[in-house]
Amino acid sequence: MIRVDGPSNSNSLIQVRGLNKTYTRGGEQIQVLQGLHLDVDKGDFVAFMGPSGSGKTTLLNLLGGLDVPSAGSITVDGDEITHMSGSKLTQWRARHVGFIFQMYNLIPVLTAYQNVELPLLLTKLSTAERRKHVETALGVVGLADRMHHYPRQLSGGQEQRVTIARAIVSDPTFLLCDEPTGDLDRRSAGEIMQLIEELVSKYGKTVLMVTHDPLIAARAHTTLHLDKGVLVEAHKLEQGALAGGAA
Amino acid sequence: MRFRGLIFANLFRKKVRLILTIGSFAVALFLFAFLAVVRDAFNRGADVAGADRLVVIDRVSIINLIPLKYRDQILQIPGVKCITHNNWFGGVYQDEKNFFPQFVIDPENQRQVFPELIVPDDQWNTFLKDRTGAIAGAKTAERFHWKIGDRIPIKTTLYGGGSWEFTLDGIYHGKDPKDDETQFWFQWDYFEERIPQVIKGQIGWYVLRVNNPDDAVGVAKAIDEKFANSPNETKTETESAFAAGWVKQFGNIQFLIMTIGSVVFFTLLLVTGNTMAISVRERTSELAVLKAIGYSGRAILFFVLAESLVIALIGGLLGLGLALLAVPALAKALNGMLPGLVLAPSILLMGLVAALAVGIISGFLPGINAMRMRVVNALRRV
Repeated sequence: MIRVDGPSNSNSLIQVRGLNKTYTRGGEQIQVLQGLHLDVDKGDFVAFMGPSGSGKTTLLNLLGGLDVPSAGSITVDGDEITHMSGSKLTQWRARHVGFIFQMYNLIPVLTAYQNVELPLLLTKLSTAERRKHVETALGVVGLADRMHHYPRQLSGGQEQRVTIARAIVSDPTFLLCDEPTGDLDRRSAGEIMQLIEELVSKYGKTVLMVTHDPLIAARAHTTLHLDKGVLVEAHKLEQGALAGGAA
Repeated sequence: MRFRGLIFANLFRKKVRLILTIGSFAVALFLFAFLAVVRDAFNRGADVAGADRLVVIDRVSIINLIPLKYRDQILQIPGVKCITHNNWFGGVYQDEKNFFPQFVIDPENQRQVFPELIVPDDQWNTFLKDRTGAIAGAKTAERFHWKIGDRIPIKTTLYGGGSWEFTLDGIYHGKDPKDDETQFWFQWDYFEERIPQVIKGQIGWYVLRVNNPDDAVGVAKAIDEKFANSPNETKTETESAFAAGWVKQFGNIQFLIMTIGSVVFFTLLLVTGNTMAISVRERTSELAVLKAIGYSGRAILFFVLAESLVIALIGGLLGLGLALLAVPALAKALNGMLPGLVLAPSILLMGLVAALAVGIISGFLPGINAMRMRVVNALRRV
């Protein structure tokens, strides 16, 4: 269940309270996020939409511990990440977040297997245990037979599957997807979305996704719109638009 | 090491660049080792010089002879322990290419003054009894496949010219690997007998030992004062000063080599640093992804440093390996003109340390930049 309407006592997996993010550019203060509240439960699939510069990626970066907010707090599974030191945050990311990027960002000199293995090299797992995890992850994304291929030997859709395998191999608490289908044709995009839906429905993963595409967003449980640094649920946005039209 | 695959995969990302960078390391280290060997060879005389040994030569030039009669007068100077004398022979064995230094020696005192050059007693005793006998250094004997009893003809254009026949009675070895084992010695009596009348009774230089090395300067002064205002004034200096002076005749070798070596290493530092900086810059997004998925800044620094260290190590080993092959070849080509042309383990170690230091320094700056890189900014650039 997604809530964007302010503080509550929920035991949500992700709790965002009064989140602000301000950038200084050329001496000018730009407020990207303003007092944002959000609760995301385990197993939720949320899509964030909004115009360019609305703060979607900034929100994703803050949720993923890649950036620090100007004010407010983010708590994930009981850990408040906003006050963690850089090294603690790095460890936290390794344990709790799986990243899926638009441009795949695979390491071209490593095979699919080696790319997926990367997060596991930071764990204490043995070689055999790592192999088992990697093979399972690649099996989930349907690329078990391509594990020794290099990224250049794979199609865009297959590369994105490898990225997804890399994101899920360490069984993170939640997945952050930044335009996961933005660089793919319609058919490949559909396949990737089907895979993400499976991760949610079959494996109970929590997914937060940024997208520009309303058709892709429609496949999430909830679509949230970021407008001028404020989050609005899609149906409320529609109601607001209708009310504005009637007036 | 679980990150080995990642480090090596990144290393081999641009093979041509890798080969060229390793090549530049190899060339620099080869040059470093080569120059160090040459510098050592020039300085070897000073390095192996006895602290208690003095050399007495003519004040004007070493090519001027000095009277043999000075020997007894020098021996009377307090502090002098023993003395011997030598002449340069300058002969040719079979061909001019076959250079090795030949010295006329005073057999009575040679072993006392140069105890580090060891001749077995039985061979030495044979030599003493053999007027035309000779002793050769182990390296020269090996070079010409001489064995005890061989007849060795040496032609000279000095001392009346002609061919001088010697019998090899012994072979000497140095106590230390640095000791010169290329010399050829023969007896003063045989020399004195054959040289023209006009130069009889004259020697090239004296070498003496003092009782206490601390008195060396005082003894040297006393010797030179004794022969001041005589027809053959002397110049006495420690053996190391004499050797250093000899080297200086070729110019300031040390300065030249240090300058070339420094320029080479500085250039190498720039080349490698630039290569590493380009390599890291090309991978900004990949490094950002690694940081995003949980790799710490220190891990990123470690990867960059490991890469530059591997390049430095391979290049360094390659260059030093080449020098190991080239130095003996050069020594052979020079036919003993520059004895002691040896690639010492200390040079190899110094070269390797220098290579690794350059590796660390050149990888450090791009590594630190990568370590401090903000993931958000780096990903935005993709």
